[in-house]
Amino acid sequence: MMADAVETLPTQQLEAFKGVKKVPLEEYFTSGHRTCQGCESALVMKLMVKAAGPRTIVLGSTGCMYVANTTYYSTSWVVPWMHTQLGSSGSAGLGTAAALKALMRKGKMKEEPINVIAFCGDGGGADMGLSAISATLTHPQYNVLILLYDNESYANTDIQASGMTPYGAHTTFSPPGKVKRIMHTRWKKNVAGMLAAGHPESKYIGTVCASYAVEMMNRVRKALTIGGPTFIHSLDPCPKGWDYDPMLSHELGELAVNCGIWPLYDVENHRLRLYGRTKALAEKRARRQPVRDFLVRQGRFAHLTADDIDYFQAKIDEMWDKWLLPGVLPIWKDLEVDNPPAS
Amino acid sequence: MAKVIEKAQQEKEALISGSEAIAVACKLADVDVITAYPIRPYDTVMQYVAKLVANGELDCEYIVAESEHSQFEIVKHASAVGARVFCGSSGVGWMYAFEALTVTPALRIPMVAMVGNRALDDPGAFGVEHNDALAVRDLGWQLVWVDSAQEALDTALIAYRVAEDRRVFLPCAIACDGAFLTHSQSMVKIPPQEWVNAFLPPYNRGDLQLHPDNPITIAPQVNEDWLMELRKHNDEAMKRSRDVVIPEAYRDFERIFNRSYGNPFFEEYQTADADVVLVGMGTLSMPVKVAIRQMRKEGKKVGFVRLRWFRPFPAEQLAKTLSRFGAIGVIDRDFSFGAPYVSGVVATEIRAALYPVDKRPPLLDFISGLGGREVTVPDVRRMSDMLFAARAGTPQPLTTWVGVRE
Repeated sequence: MMADAVETLPTQQLEAFKGVKKVPLEEYFTSGHRTCQGCESALVMKLMVKAAGPRTIVLGSTGCMYVANTTYYSTSWVVPWMHTQLGSSGSAGLGTAAALKALMRKGKMKEEPINVIAFCGDGGGADMGLSAISATLTHPQYNVLILLYDNESYANTDIQASGMTPYGAHTTFSPPGKVKRIMHTRWKKNVAGMLAAGHPESKYIGTVCASYAVEMMNRVRKALTIGGPTFIHSLDPCPKGWDYDPMLSHELGELAVNCGIWPLYDVENHRLRLYGRTKALAEKRARRQPVRDFLVRQGRFAHLTADDIDYFQAKIDEMWDKWLLPGVLPIWKDLEVDNPPAS
Repeated sequence: MAKVIEKAQQEKEALISGSEAIAVACKLADVDVITAYPIRPYDTVMQYVAKLVANGELDCEYIVAESEHSQFEIVKHASAVGARVFCGSSGVGWMYAFEALTVTPALRIPMVAMVGNRALDDPGAFGVEHNDALAVRDLGWQLVWVDSAQEALDTALIAYRVAEDRRVFLPCAIACDGAFLTHSQSMVKIPPQEWVNAFLPPYNRGDLQLHPDNPITIAPQVNEDWLMELRKHNDEAMKRSRDVVIPEAYRDFERIFNRSYGNPFFEEYQTADADVVLVGMGTLSMPVKVAIRQMRKEGKKVGFVRLRWFRPFPAEQLAKTLSRFGAIGVIDRDFSFGAPYVSGVVATEIRAALYPVDKRPPLLDFISGLGGREVTVPDVRRMSDMLFAARAGTPQPLTTWVGVRE
């Protein structure tokens, strides 16, 4: 006997924008927010919901994009928006999608495809909410996109280190001191790769950077159209947390990609595809820039010595030279049989 | 509605547990989204729900969550979109969900949940203690204790009616003593669907529904500008629940289902001529009633008040009732270390309720039956003896642990 097919609702068919001039002028995230000058995450919100369109429900977990965007009596959201708890983006998206499905099936709500997007910051998504996001990505019958905007610290609460803060960065929880220069010794989690590796039911998992706005919006449209539970990880330069001139936000996003520290890729229907500059780097059509160019523009790395920067570079080289899927999957190419552990 | 009763549909009778009775109520209430996560003893309700879903008797989205926190967050969001939801937990599982439990009443989400009361860890104990459900007593959850499978089914229907009333829009937890009620079977009358439909209108979230046709922003930051006004809204909703909506719901229930619970807030047993009275919540009603019948044969006039609704708390009514007696003994199946007079939660609340009353009888608290230990008939007799002594003017300790090794 055949297993029951997974019943899903139809999705909105959102075609890719063919160039920036084809992007509609309508905004669904508008004025009324109080984000910092040069905030890349605010741009991510704007592009995300511009790509999704008006028939969309957005759930936002606690973080900058909650506190700075929604103040009682003024909201920047044109689409319906609801706060969810710090670790609940996965659950918020799942519950919303499940309710729409039940109510439409039972004739309690008019049938139509409604996009559900739940967003979280790096603290809410990669630290506290990882378990709920993982669970949501295992439910194939619900159409929900989870977007993680990663500004590499708990930026809203005063720039504290998160599991996504890069090695060595100065945060208020990891200040360089007289005895310890490097307080934050952890390497950033590889969230999109981890989720892609562990969630075979998800039809779309990808990374984006808003420095490449059209590509970013098209990935939101792809994830919403393909249906089921999907995930996008966005790297968002943060002038306050990274300590740089706000005019450099776009440039820092590009540098992160060009240095190879932020690989751009999709896993669509289980097939990995590198895109943009990352594809060029992988195919050796372009050279990776030294990570030094990225680090020296940010005050949070001002205390790093030449040795520290060499260590940082070596870790990035590892991503590209040793990883089984370069930049994506941190399992090394040389299998254990080739290098038996010393016994 | 009279017509519905004239049709004289028969109630079916079935031998079911308290947990199964609540699962049947979910089916009768046509719940849309249910989330499950295992912890004993509440989780039996989800096992019955899962069977109803698998057999096509209940059409809902049934989601096995990855933690209690997610379990309660998922249904919270489903309810915001307009779905009728059910959830539940026990002991430390309920505590794991605490953040979600905090925001649910604040967002005016009329969730109905079952708490299978269980001792909190550590050390582990499966048995009943009321501290889990009581932990949310200040947050805007309505809390009701039941003592039979029939009352569990009926109260679940009443809970939806009260919670989803726009004058209330606050969640309601039905507290069922672990094992004694969750796992014990008794004959239960299952009402026909038509009666339930006449009693329970569809859930209508109105202008609070999150939908592209109603593009509202829910729960923006309010800070000191507005938070106090919003807290006051919830305070008033809880008062309307007690003064208007709960009494209305019980009156309609009685009319449609031909079954009366008398005073919705508490049950009185042999209180008419009682000299002293015991007060408690949940299934300890069984040994207390047995002991009272024994003592009455010996001429000791003891009565019993079983408190159902702890939130909203029926302070004036209860104080008026209890001030009639010569002494009051509260049996707390909970603890509150360091509380006034080292009493339990229920005794402390009742003392507070009695403060404005002119006639305040002596009030003794008995901490008993923790971790699922039985409250025995001899325990109840000992408590009653202390009450008679207090009534006669012999000073008694304000709080006594009963049934504990010294």
